[in-house]
Amino acid sequence: MAAAVELEGVNVTFGDFVAVRQANLTIEPGEFFSFLGPSGCGKTTLLRTISGFIEPTHGSVRIGGQDMKGIGPNRRPTALIFQNLALFPMMSVAENIGYGLRVRGVPRHERDEKVKNLLIQVALTEHGHKRVAELSGGQKQRVAIARALAVEPKVLLLDEPLSALDLKLRQHMRTELRAIQKKVGITFIYITHDQGEALTMSDRIAVMNAGVIEQVGDGRAVYAEPRTPFVAAFVGENNQIRGRITQVADGFATLETPLGLLKGRNPVGLGVGEEALLFVRPEALRLGHDGQASGSGFEAETLDVAYEGSVTHVTLRVRTGQKITATLGAGSALPAPGEMLCLGFAPQDGLLLKRPERA
Amino acid sequence: MSGIGGLTLTIGLPLIAALVLAALSAYERRTGTATGPGFFQRNGLAIGLYLVVAVGFWAFFIILLPQLAMVDMSFRPKLPPAQMGGPKDLYTLENYRYFLFGSTTSTAEWNWIHIKAFFLTIGVSVVITAFNFVICYPLAFHMAQSATLARLRLLLLLLIIPYWVNEILRAFAFRVLLSSGGIINQLLMGSGLTSEPFDFLAADIGLYMGLSYAYLLMMIFPLYNAIESLDRNQIEAARDLGAPWWHIHAFIVMPHSKPGIASGCTLVFMLTAGALAAPLVLGGPRTLWFTPIVYDRFYQAFNWPQGAAYALILLVTCIVFVLVVLRAFRLSLGEITR
Repeated sequence: MAAAVELEGVNVTFGDFVAVRQANLTIEPGEFFSFLGPSGCGKTTLLRTISGFIEPTHGSVRIGGQDMKGIGPNRRPTALIFQNLALFPMMSVAENIGYGLRVRGVPRHERDEKVKNLLIQVALTEHGHKRVAELSGGQKQRVAIARALAVEPKVLLLDEPLSALDLKLRQHMRTELRAIQKKVGITFIYITHDQGEALTMSDRIAVMNAGVIEQVGDGRAVYAEPRTPFVAAFVGENNQIRGRITQVADGFATLETPLGLLKGRNPVGLGVGEEALLFVRPEALRLGHDGQASGSGFEAETLDVAYEGSVTHVTLRVRTGQKITATLGAGSALPAPGEMLCLGFAPQDGLLLKRPERA
Repeated sequence: MSGIGGLTLTIGLPLIAALVLAALSAYERRTGTATGPGFFQRNGLAIGLYLVVAVGFWAFFIILLPQLAMVDMSFRPKLPPAQMGGPKDLYTLENYRYFLFGSTTSTAEWNWIHIKAFFLTIGVSVVITAFNFVICYPLAFHMAQSATLARLRLLLLLLIIPYWVNEILRAFAFRVLLSSGGIINQLLMGSGLTSEPFDFLAADIGLYMGLSYAYLLMMIFPLYNAIESLDRNQIEAARDLGAPWWHIHAFIVMPHSKPGIASGCTLVFMLTAGALAAPLVLGGPRTLWFTPIVYDRFYQAFNWPQGAAYALILLVTCIVFVLVVLRAFRLSLGEITR
């Protein structure tokens, strides 16, 4: 079976500005695939390239094994859900959903039948005759999904469609989107800057930064095994400490930092003398760890303690003035602001990555 | 006596209307139908007074009074000045009768010359309005949705600058251009396409060109405004769902721009039907347009009451026609001002 979407050496430039650089990617049929990155990272450009609104400057886009060069968005087997949904305000809900079928010349009774089924599928049976403006945010969302599904696309493209909703509805829609995707079984390509959305919904995630796909993997891989400092810092909270490698052994390395010698995993194979960044997740930091027996440790002064019930976020300041965050579990003893603490972490919880030259 | 009566009516009617409206507003305020801060509370006394006086003056002296005077005059007989207000100055339908049946001494059953000119004017105005729409819609769409800012500015300048030239001058320029010795005929003959000059003016091509060009901007700008407010994503969404370009225009862009289309078409239709310069300057010898007839009633026949009646017939017909068309397209008057 041909891949749903293949990108091969895709470059998109606008004048001097490179929006997407050398994107190579294969998205499988039936996959829920997310592009995650900050605004301006090129993820929307990439989505528009797949949907056909932008032709790549170099490289090719294949959908279902077929090269899409010169094929306009109206003739691609994709359907796009816009950030603002772009529902047609002068049409009723049912007319919106049936629009794609109408332009395809599907006869009226067949169209009505299909629209009815879609209305059931998105739980809007009672609302077919309504104007779009009469619906709530979540209902509009579902109309947009139904309108896109009506044309039976091979690939559904979603451009941050949840960003306009309030938090609760957003979380609810995550589950709903995932359920719809499971039910219809087509490929979903989802664009977001919200790592929570990407992690909860996706089979795989591509993390993008400045036009470059930095890492592709499932949620666990991009969170626990980031391959670049950008991915480590962007996906989830992370503390980073600069230093120079002094010792390398068995997949681990020791970093010389202003806070002392710190040990962590060395997955990218850094050598002695190289500049590196050490990443430690807030939840991996332990208070009162002596640091010598099982891992690394350093001293820090407590600045702020934010108790949230299940967890407590502690902000600390180390000797260099840098701020560090530690997240403590429910049972932990809480430090008082101003208290000097010893912070430690196990070597397998420290991650060493090459420091980018510009940083 | 009836002269005084006319004056009373002309001035009295609007005053009575204003008083009734003021009383109605006071009544609503007392009964609690109208709520919120009053007009003067919202605007302050000084600005509120200014608005009332300025708008009142404008509406009354500039719009209502002349029109009502015209209505009054149209129902009066043509009399030498000495007899005006005299015993012969009675209200009559004579001027309207003349439009339909012509002079009492005429043998023809109907006043065909004037009636034909009238319907020709209405019919051709409709055609020119449609033609204007066809020309302006693509341009307005390009300006509103796809032109870069620099291109938009250039297009706006190119559209506006020609209108700095006076309407009559523009009409004469068309006449010079299209005359038998004009540059277009010279080109046609020079290229061997025709051996004799083509009489564009006699064929009314000059008239239609002049009329189409005269109110182009009145079509472009409402269309541009309406299309500009359309979310670009709507167009892309339709395209993404598989719509060909004509379908997007017919079912997405035009329904959205309906108020602008209506407003542009109304303006162009009204102005074309009432245009005087182009028909006077460019009208062919065989074509009788209605506005020059009205003009002639005033200045050739010196029959002002009849001219007033003719002008009113045109005005009322146009208004009714526009309202009927708006109704047919399910648009309210309020919407075309959006």
